[in-house]
Amino acid sequence: MWIKVILLVSISVIALIGLRAPRGARHLALRRITLLAFVLFAAASVLFPEVWNALANAVGVGRGTDLLLYGLILAFLGYMATSYLRFRGLEAQITLLARRIALDEVGVGPVPEQGAVGQEPTVEVERHPATP
Amino acid sequence: MTYDDTWLVVPLYNEAEVIHDVVTHARETFPNIVCVDDGSVDDSGARATAAGAVVVSHPINLGQGAAIQTGIEFALRRPSCRYVVTFDSDGQHRTEDAAAMVDRLRKDEADVVFGSRFLDGRTKPGLMKKLVLKTAIAFSNATSGVHLTDTHNGLRAFNRTGAAALSIKQNRMAHASEIVDQVGKAGLRYTEQPVHILYTDYSRKKGQSLLNSVNILTELLYK
Repeated sequence: MWIKVILLVSISVIALIGLRAPRGARHLALRRITLLAFVLFAAASVLFPEVWNALANAVGVGRGTDLLLYGLILAFLGYMATSYLRFRGLEAQITLLARRIALDEVGVGPVPEQGAVGQEPTVEVERHPATP
Repeated sequence: MTYDDTWLVVPLYNEAEVIHDVVTHARETFPNIVCVDDGSVDDSGARATAAGAVVVSHPINLGQGAAIQTGIEFALRRPSCRYVVTFDSDGQHRTEDAAAMVDRLRKDEADVVFGSRFLDGRTKPGLMKKLVLKTAIAFSNATSGVHLTDTHNGLRAFNRTGAAALSIKQNRMAHASEIVDQVGKAGLRYTEQPVHILYTDYSRKKGQSLLNSVNILTELLYK
């Protein structure tokens, strides 16, 4: 059954992409090529719907619709993996931003030079005495 | 022995009930305490300030790992800071243990001292909690090359070198394993200190569930 091999390989590729997605221009180019291939493929299946059945038979799946469903599941998994990564990236950026705001608010200077360790800072943080 | 060269880093999230007492008590030993208020919806921040802590406030909730990293960066910006201790806000840690850990750093025994519940028999966690913790420990020991008896203990002490080597990216609970990983990668000298955890009803209510350990493991796999 070729379909099992194809599905398993696709799933592992998605998992791999999910783990280490290349960022930047190459990633974007790949996404555009995938989109282009999708458009061509979609157009082709509108014009020649029987292609799906032929394709399904070739890989050992009963009907073209089943093959379509498998493809959809894979595409969805891929989407999940990439959006998880993008989300993680965004979260990391927000974290740095929020940390910067928090530290700026209390007004502490930059990390002191190595030699300056042990000296008191010039910027004093507002301190409240402990209440009894 | 005074500890004015030490900063206690306390991640703070919705602990208004107890934070005043925790800070007040800790300040008897440690004059410098920074509470990182991680977007609490109650008045945790105000109560920590009233108790004499410096409060750094995240504008939004980011998670405990992010709060610890913010606190460490704050402490490292203080030129007089030589030691950094991470300390939980729910009152489950003892300041005596923290002080003993700083004393060992002062003797230059290590760059990092991890608190451990399992070095002696004083702490009595429940069976389920024990199982979760033991799993996390086995996983951490296998992947990080750092061998500890307790990886998810919030009480840790760092000297400046140790604290500066940290860059916690795991915003949520997986930061505990991440800290261990980074200590291993940076080749820091580490040791463990037996500590006693006070499992009060309050801290038990807020503790890690078994489901949370699933989160810890997946976040580690997908780092």
